[in-house]
Amino acid sequence: MSSLAAAEDHQITVPAKVIQPAWVRVMHWINALAMILMIMSGWQIYNASPLFDFRFAKAITLGGWLGGALLWHFAAMWLLMINGLAYLITGLAAGRFRKKLLPITPAGVLSDLKAALTFKLAHDDLTVYNSVQKLLYAGIIIVGVVIVLSGLSIWKPVQLQYLTALFGGYDIARYVHFICMSLICLFLIVHVALAVLVPKSLRAMIIGR
Amino acid sequence: MAKRSFLIPGVDKRLLIKDSLKVMPDLTRRRFIVGGASLGALTLLTGCDVVDSSSAESLLAQVSKFNDAVQAWMFNPDALAPTFPESAITKPFPFNAYYEVDDAPEVDGKTWKLEVRGLVDNKKSWTLDELYALPQVKQVTRHICVEGWSAIGSWTGTPLRDFLKLVGADTRAKYVWFQCADSEGYNSPLDMRTALHPQTQMTFKFADEILPRAYGFPMKIRVPTKLGFKNPKYVISMEVTNEYKGGYWEDQGYNSFSGS
Repeated sequence: MSSLAAAEDHQITVPAKVIQPAWVRVMHWINALAMILMIMSGWQIYNASPLFDFRFAKAITLGGWLGGALLWHFAAMWLLMINGLAYLITGLAAGRFRKKLLPITPAGVLSDLKAALTFKLAHDDLTVYNSVQKLLYAGIIIVGVVIVLSGLSIWKPVQLQYLTALFGGYDIARYVHFICMSLICLFLIVHVALAVLVPKSLRAMIIGR
Repeated sequence: MAKRSFLIPGVDKRLLIKDSLKVMPDLTRRRFIVGGASLGALTLLTGCDVVDSSSAESLLAQVSKFNDAVQAWMFNPDALAPTFPESAITKPFPFNAYYEVDDAPEVDGKTWKLEVRGLVDNKKSWTLDELYALPQVKQVTRHICVEGWSAIGSWTGTPLRDFLKLVGADTRAKYVWFQCADSEGYNSPLDMRTALHPQTQMTFKFADEILPRAYGFPMKIRVPTKLGFKNPKYVISMEVTNEYKGGYWEDQGYNSFSGS
C-alpha cells in the first residue's frame, strides 16, 4: 500500500501537446474525400475524350459513364471548393501558413531531403515541419488552387473567358487541369507512403496528438 | 456518344455491334451509380448506403438541379462567346452523334417545314425558302462537346431572338423546346434567356455552304454559350413553353443548363 502511495506522489502528468488542431483535422479529411471523388470521376470524364494515348481502367474510375462521372464531379466540386476556401481563409487568418510553412530555403530542402532519403530525418516534434514537408505542403496548396481555377475555366470558357484566356485558352487549360491532377496524385503517393512510414503522424491527424 | 466505327474486314459491323452490346453494361439507363460504385471508398460518402444506389442517385440529381440555378445566375446575357478568324476553323470539322454519320437523318429540304408551337402569336409553319429569306449573320465560334474536345466552326443563320419576335413569342416563357428528325426523336430544351442571347442562331449554313447532312441539314440551333448537345441538329419543330419537356441527353442525367 505505502509503495503505491509513494509512486503516486512522484507521478507528473504532462498534458499531451496538440499536434494538429481539430479544424485542421476535419478539413484535411473532408479534402481527402473530395479529392478522391474529383480525381476518380475526373478520370472517367477524361476517358470520354483522352488527351493522351491512353485511358484509365474502369475499375478505378467513378460514375460508370460520362453522364454519371459529370454528376459526381460537379457535386464533389462544391465539397472541395467550400472546404478548400474555408481552409485557406482560416489558415491565413490564424497565421498557420506563416508559422508552419515559412521559411523555405533551398539549403534546408536539400539537407532535409538527404536526411530523409538516408532514413536519418527525425520526427521528434511533429508540430514542426521539416523543409521537405514545408515545400510540398505549400506546393500542393498552390496546385490545389490552380486545379480549381483551371477547372472553372474549362467549365465556363464563355462566362469566365478572361480566366480561360489567362491559361492560354480552352485547349491549354485542359492540359493544365490534367497536369495538376497528375501532380496531386504524385503528392498523394508520397504523402500516404510517409504517413504509413511514420504512423504517429497519421495518428496525429486523426486524434490530434 | 459513338464517335468511331471499328471496322473488321469480312465482319458485318451491324452483327458485331449487336453482339458487343450484349456484353456491354447498359450505358443509357440511370444506373450509373451501381456501375460506378466500384471502390470501397464510396462507403465513406456521407453515410449513404451505397448498395441502395437510389439515394446517392437522387442526391446527385438534386445537386445537378442546384447547379442549373447557379449557372443561370452566372449567365451574363451580354457576355459574347469568343469569336475567331476563318483561318482558325477546325478542318475537318468533327461529326458527333449517338449514331454513325451513315445513319444521320436525311431530310428532304423541299418538303421539310419548321413547325412553330406553343406560346406564340403566329403558329404558321415555315418552309426552307421562307427561312432562307430572313436576314442572316455569320459566327466563327468554338463548339465545345460535353466529352471535353472542342472545334472551331463557322455557322450562318438568323438569330433566334429575331425569329421569336417575328412569330410573336412570349419571351417571358421559360423554355424554347426543339424536336429533331432522327429515329429516336432527339429533343432539347433551351432556357429563354439563352434563347434570346444575340449569338443563339437558327443555322442554315456551315462554312458558307448550305448545311451538309453531317452537320444538321436543313436547320440546326447554334448555341455557343452552351455545350454541343444543346445545339440540336435536323430540327423539325420549336415550342415556346413554360413546361420543362426534358431532353434526349438531359433525361439520361446530363445537366440541363450545361452552359459554357
